[in-house]
Amino acid sequence: MPIEILMPALSPTMEEGTLSKWLKKEGDSVKSGDVIAEIETDKATMEVEAVDEGTIGKLLIPEGSENIKVNTPIAVLLADGEDASAASAPPAKDEHSVLEAAKNGSGESGSAPAMNGAAVPAAPAAIKAEIASDPDIPAGTEFVTMTVREALRDAMAEEMRRDADVFVIGEEVAEYQGAYKITQGLLQEFGADRVIDTPITEHGFAGLATGAALAGLKPIVEFMTFNFAMQAMDQIINSAAKTLYMSGGQLGASIVFRGPNGAASRVGAQHSQDYSAWYSQIPGLKVVVPYTAADAKGLLKAAIRDPNPVVFLENEIIYGHSFEVPKLDDFVLPIGKARIHKAGKDVTIVSFGIGMSYAIKAAEQLAAEGIDAELIDLRTLRPMDIDTVIASVKKTGRCVTVEEGWPQNSVGSEIASQLMEKAFDYLDAPVLKVTGKDVPMPYAANLEKLALPTVGEVIAAVKAVTYR
Amino acid sequence: MAVAKSQVGSKAASTDGRKPAARAAKASSARTAGAKSSIAEFSRDEEFAAYREMLLIRRFEEKAGQMYGMGLIHGFCHLYIGQEAVVVGMQLAIRNGEDQVITGYRDHGHMLATGMDPKGVMAELTGRRDGYSRGKGGSMHMFSIEKQFFGGHGIVGAQVSLGTGLAFANRYRKNDRVTLTYFGDGAANQGQVYESFNMAELWKLPVIYIIENNRYAMGTSVSRSSAQTDFSKRGLSFNIPGEQVDGMDVRAVRAAGERAVEWCRTGKGPYILEMQTYRYRGHSMSDPAKYRSKDEVQKMRTEHDPIEQVRLRLIDKGWASEDDLKKVDAEVRDIVNEAADFAQNSPEPDASELWTDILK
Repeated sequence: MPIEILMPALSPTMEEGTLSKWLKKEGDSVKSGDVIAEIETDKATMEVEAVDEGTIGKLLIPEGSENIKVNTPIAVLLADGEDASAASAPPAKDEHSVLEAAKNGSGESGSAPAMNGAAVPAAPAAIKAEIASDPDIPAGTEFVTMTVREALRDAMAEEMRRDADVFVIGEEVAEYQGAYKITQGLLQEFGADRVIDTPITEHGFAGLATGAALAGLKPIVEFMTFNFAMQAMDQIINSAAKTLYMSGGQLGASIVFRGPNGAASRVGAQHSQDYSAWYSQIPGLKVVVPYTAADAKGLLKAAIRDPNPVVFLENEIIYGHSFEVPKLDDFVLPIGKARIHKAGKDVTIVSFGIGMSYAIKAAEQLAAEGIDAELIDLRTLRPMDIDTVIASVKKTGRCVTVEEGWPQNSVGSEIASQLMEKAFDYLDAPVLKVTGKDVPMPYAANLEKLALPTVGEVIAAVKAVTYR
Repeated sequence: MAVAKSQVGSKAASTDGRKPAARAAKASSARTAGAKSSIAEFSRDEEFAAYREMLLIRRFEEKAGQMYGMGLIHGFCHLYIGQEAVVVGMQLAIRNGEDQVITGYRDHGHMLATGMDPKGVMAELTGRRDGYSRGKGGSMHMFSIEKQFFGGHGIVGAQVSLGTGLAFANRYRKNDRVTLTYFGDGAANQGQVYESFNMAELWKLPVIYIIENNRYAMGTSVSRSSAQTDFSKRGLSFNIPGEQVDGMDVRAVRAAGERAVEWCRTGKGPYILEMQTYRYRGHSMSDPAKYRSKDEVQKMRTEHDPIEQVRLRLIDKGWASEDDLKKVDAEVRDIVNEAADFAQNSPEPDASELWTDILK
């Protein structure tokens, strides 16, 4: 029976890739471990090795093909004595099931299709190339499609060109080009003095960078993930956030701590924590959690220029998602301002970061059922633009919050509390929170899905507060 | 005094010839028996200046202790009495106001040594608006950009990474400034110290790590807390050279400081100085100091006091009469009394200050 070679998942969050090169041709025999192809993801170019022995019967995907979904059959491997004609059957059925799988994996229903160990995206796929409607973007601005990853890199590069005091420091930011390729190309443009690879020393390099900031430089500290920044939290909070106050305004730190935050996909409890609520409690910090590429770019540029310490929480899953970004020479957004992602009249859904992807999907499905939701992307958690939320709730009378973090003392808890204080008379229903479950993140695919919020839960919460 | 000087380069790392030095340095009696000739003597003016500086710190701290007892100073208050020769000697080795200084929570001496105004320091201790941090920092959190003093940090060891960052900034800007990063024998056991050592040597950062070994991390003696009690060796595995220095002798401190500064300014990377010193008072004002004998303290005070050593030399050499020194004493007392009055009369910060300086 011929073996189908499938498009492999080369990282926990990979959904598709480009088959850039075949290194074997039809009729070649392969042994286990032979490199058969090169595949390019948005992060890196990787070699694909054969697992089984045999002869390449057919190459199903020509080299150079882009956007090949994970698990799509790309070649057929024949065992001894098998005929190439055995591979001539179209792989339509398989392709169909793969597409189905991807759809299920990205929706809120269905069980996880763990095919051949392929990664299943834990969060719903974002709507590609969303247009950012933002009053801070001048009318008539031209837009260009780019990923969040590219937007973040461009933001850093532009600010480094503008100000020689800005530098990037962290693990694998220079020669490796970034563990998640956010710093791609920066070493080549700015050199090793300004793009600095550190040892694996989170506490130490966070302190070192904070010291450099106290001396007047403007470091961008990349944490490979914010899970590792827990080791550096003392320096972020005690040194970076509090010094301005403790010095009576004499000495502060203009510094950005950035990196992916929250759950990625199937990486277990220690690599999946959302720190949004933690950092947003600290006076002396600003906390930014962008969702779109436009916000990522405009707000990272603002964060780098900000004279205060800014914690900039990104998300691995949305790094590869594309959005429309304004084509402006110097696009800087104000920190501390929420954005109304979609206007509506029946209910206010408040979210931020990857939480927005659940909110957006839910709003689409709710619209089909005649519920018109207003979507607010907080973008900044500290200072929090609660006024925009209150103004919306005064209109809708109902509010649902969405986030991946844990429920107790969550960002949603804070919003609910503020609405109680400031908009009690306008509420027609209790504020409901949709959050991650109150458990460490499990590894098993089905359990991980259960631990994260779902679009279905958002819809259910909205229906509850609208009494539908 | 056994300065127990020992240069630890990568070559020396594998030799064991340093053991006797470490032992000699540990025995306090050896401090007075060492080779005095290896120390650059001070001139009359230098001895006088060092005497006055150290006395200012001593009297200031005594006054702070007194005011604490009177309920004028609250919270944590860690006195520097006994360790004065360390900061005063190091300050003589650097470019004051240009090279940076950063330390932990036992910081009043460092502030005075860098030339910060005793009035502003004392007013911060009393939590008043004319304090260096306008009353919002307290004993452990004062700063002066003018004097290049970067605090004053309350988390044990945090200043080591921060000081390494100050040195990083100097290298980034390609100037030839050096950073004095002070910490104690207790902080020397924190993990981030070694993370910092690694980066400092890796990137050849101009930072001098000054370990003020006053023998007790709060109530825990060095021998009870440290597997390696020779702190000058703590940089060995990173190839950072280190010396043990008689931290009770201001001349030895300056001489070692000058060697370290030369090393750093010429781009050779970090340097470690273990200052063997002693604090006469408790860890903080609330420390009953049951972990050591009164005799031990008394012995240090009578045999190794840093100020008394200078006083005796001034007298011995005929450079000063008792009257001359009394005059210095009176001047210093006036400065301290003035600071104390100022600190008591300065008003508390305005209530609006609660909400300022959180963000720029």
